[in-house]
Amino acid sequence: MKDISVLIGGRAGDGINSAGAVVAWLFSRLGYYVFVSTDYPSLIRGGHNFTMVRAADHPVGAYNDRFDYLVALNQETLDLHAPHCPDCIIVANADQVKKPGSGQTISVGEILKEESAPPVTGNSAMIGAFAKAAGIPWKTLEEVFTAHMPKAADENLRVARRAYGAVNTVRPVPVLGKAPLSLITGNEAIGLGLASGGLDSYIAYPMTPSSTLLHYLAGNAERLGITVFHPESEIAVILAGIGSAVAGKKTAVGTSGGGFCLMTEGLSFAGMAEVPLAILVSQRTGPSTGLPTYTGQADLRFVLHAGQGEFPRIVVAPADAGEAYVWSDAALRLAWKYQVPSIVLSDKSLSESTYSLRYEDLALLSIGERGTAGDNDVPYRRYRTTLSGVSPLAFPGTTGAVVKTNSYAHDEDGITTEDAALVAEMADKRRRKETALIEELAHLPCVSTGGKTDAPVALLCWGSVGNACSEVAAELGLRVIRPLVLSPFPDRQFTDACTGVERLIAVEENATGQLASLVKEHGGRADATVLKYDGRPFTPEELKLRVQEVLAS
Amino acid sequence: MTRNLITPAQNTWCPGCGNFSIQHTLKDILAGMENEGRSLDNVVLVSGIGCHAKIADYLNISTVYTLHGRTIPVATGLKLANPELTVICCAGDGDAYAEGLDHLIFAAKRNIDLTMIVHNNRVYGLTTGQYTPTSPLGFKGKSTPTGTAEYPFNPLELMLAGGATYVARGYTRKMPQLAALIRQGIAHKGFAFIDVLQICASFFNMTEYYQSRVYDLAGHDPADFDQACKKAREWDYNRDAPIALGVFYEKGYPAFNDRFPLKKAMTAEERQQQIHDLFVAAT
Repeated sequence: MKDISVLIGGRAGDGINSAGAVVAWLFSRLGYYVFVSTDYPSLIRGGHNFTMVRAADHPVGAYNDRFDYLVALNQETLDLHAPHCPDCIIVANADQVKKPGSGQTISVGEILKEESAPPVTGNSAMIGAFAKAAGIPWKTLEEVFTAHMPKAADENLRVARRAYGAVNTVRPVPVLGKAPLSLITGNEAIGLGLASGGLDSYIAYPMTPSSTLLHYLAGNAERLGITVFHPESEIAVILAGIGSAVAGKKTAVGTSGGGFCLMTEGLSFAGMAEVPLAILVSQRTGPSTGLPTYTGQADLRFVLHAGQGEFPRIVVAPADAGEAYVWSDAALRLAWKYQVPSIVLSDKSLSESTYSLRYEDLALLSIGERGTAGDNDVPYRRYRTTLSGVSPLAFPGTTGAVVKTNSYAHDEDGITTEDAALVAEMADKRRRKETALIEELAHLPCVSTGGKTDAPVALLCWGSVGNACSEVAAELGLRVIRPLVLSPFPDRQFTDACTGVERLIAVEENATGQLASLVKEHGGRADATVLKYDGRPFTPEELKLRVQEVLAS
Repeated sequence: MTRNLITPAQNTWCPGCGNFSIQHTLKDILAGMENEGRSLDNVVLVSGIGCHAKIADYLNISTVYTLHGRTIPVATGLKLANPELTVICCAGDGDAYAEGLDHLIFAAKRNIDLTMIVHNNRVYGLTTGQYTPTSPLGFKGKSTPTGTAEYPFNPLELMLAGGATYVARGYTRKMPQLAALIRQGIAHKGFAFIDVLQICASFFNMTEYYQSRVYDLAGHDPADFDQACKKAREWDYNRDAPIALGVFYEKGYPAFNDRFPLKKAMTAEERQQQIHDLFVAAT
């Protein structure tokens, strides 16, 4: 199996992200599956940033502890990472590095001077040096630079060429020769999935790690025909989202845990008023401000229970960009079909990492639309009781329809009531929607089962941790059970997935085993937990050791 | 088709409540719009939470009965989605000036095209009598039995500073003028703000006080911002002074939707093609 890892490090502001992206494009052109993840502190300039590019001949969604190549833009990168990769191939910027050890260096400053090139092209020198050390054909660099920086390809190529000629090939990477795949981040996939689901408007306030979805949709608003709006706060975000949906536009909002705190009153409003709305919640390390740029999975219980009162909600937790695309499409469609809020629960690892995928391989789930109000709905009653609990939907502006949306307990017309029987009847109506939703979800793949699917020992996980679990399960011969839908909990599918399981080990990036406790609530039982909550995702190596410890106990 | 503009919902406002005047004024305005041949299907009334908000139940038009302080963001979402809608917000003074203050200032900043009617009785009624941001210094309410220790906001001054393009004050016992102010606010392209002095019959009955001090702004040029500020400061909701009613300020200015047009809707096929192309561009 081909499996190559590259670490590129430097200061924040050095363009580590874009350098990583170019390295990813290089591997992709050579026919590799790529996974790119970034580690950066919460500041704009200075500090230590690094990007990890993993390239393999099979899909990957986690980064390793070990590296094969180390691209050091400064001394700190060498000091921090070189001790952990004794047999790394190192290329370093001679201007910033005093002791390159066994590595090769180039002077970026000298190259820029000789080529009269601007500082912004400096990383192209480092990429040129890395490519030569890794034996990547020059033609591949030309292709990547031309495709992805069309305006400045020549200048960057001149700089890269100088560095390419200045170092030796030490450890050539095999050329796989397969067609390159699309490189898409989790948040981009969520944006494209929402767009596919019919998104009209995206409303959000900046908050890492959800912001890149705001940026992506704003940047592609014209192309996708989506209105993107950034208001004054997350409170305004969700309420404007509700207003937009009430007016008939398919709307999504996005945030992280802190912003979602502010959204909870609006979430509960959407639950009572039966307003369809999709919400991205991308988790980072908490509580409170926590670690803004690091990952975690500690908001599961929060999103399941956020908001006062009881109302149905959909919560989906994809593991990678492909699932993020498919389930974001589904989350928006299901929200509208059942007039409930739906939450796409992501995390920093998924939202900001890049994955290889192919559009043609992404099979969207089949979710029909429920018809809007028609001639039989005169006079229009916003909350007309039906067998399914789902009322015909009309929007203000519809001829002859008085559409009354209400946050209070209300009657079928949307007029406030405190009548005991009516209040209970409308609560029952909302619960019937959940029953109908559960019936629909029974036909969708709500639980992913992977690894050795008949193994008696299974790893239980959710979200992005599923990728590391898959790798470990493959090595150790374990099963992986991963609910993709967490609300309403897919009891039946989960029970089926657990058939023959003698030992269930929950793997989560939180301190309390939130999925393990949810499973317990639903009649299951996790026999052990493997938890991590330092803001860093599990690497397959670390997870393997931790799981082996449990297996040995 | 002329509709009955009042729903069968039982009205639970206290006898003598200023809300009745606002409801009837709005009802008359809506009836007038219908008589002029305008459809009421495109009118949406957005209310917050509090006594004022029950107006959503009582008027037989499309409504969004929102949350405390949240009329503006919901109304902004409605206008964002459908600029053709005529959006009228009814909010309380506690509602708009306390929990909803940030949204209110942003509505002014954005010049979003809606009409904001603040039912300003200067007390929390439904929660049985606590001070609000416009209660006078020393107001003795249930949460401040020895009197408040803070000065009230002057909402007109706040809105002028915020960039509102229509700033007016009405009074529930001057219904014809109130109707004119609201009509003009609805006709105004942009954020129309109307602070409506009303009494709370149960917790803060200011009838006598207002009756002896209100006067109509006459000979005032609403295009003159400095003059508007001066007039707005004449009575600061605290000290004893004449209380001007009328339009303090109005200026023509592009509304939010003029500068923030909706994206053109595309068919599912066109959309899917664009998504495909974005995937391909990422190879």
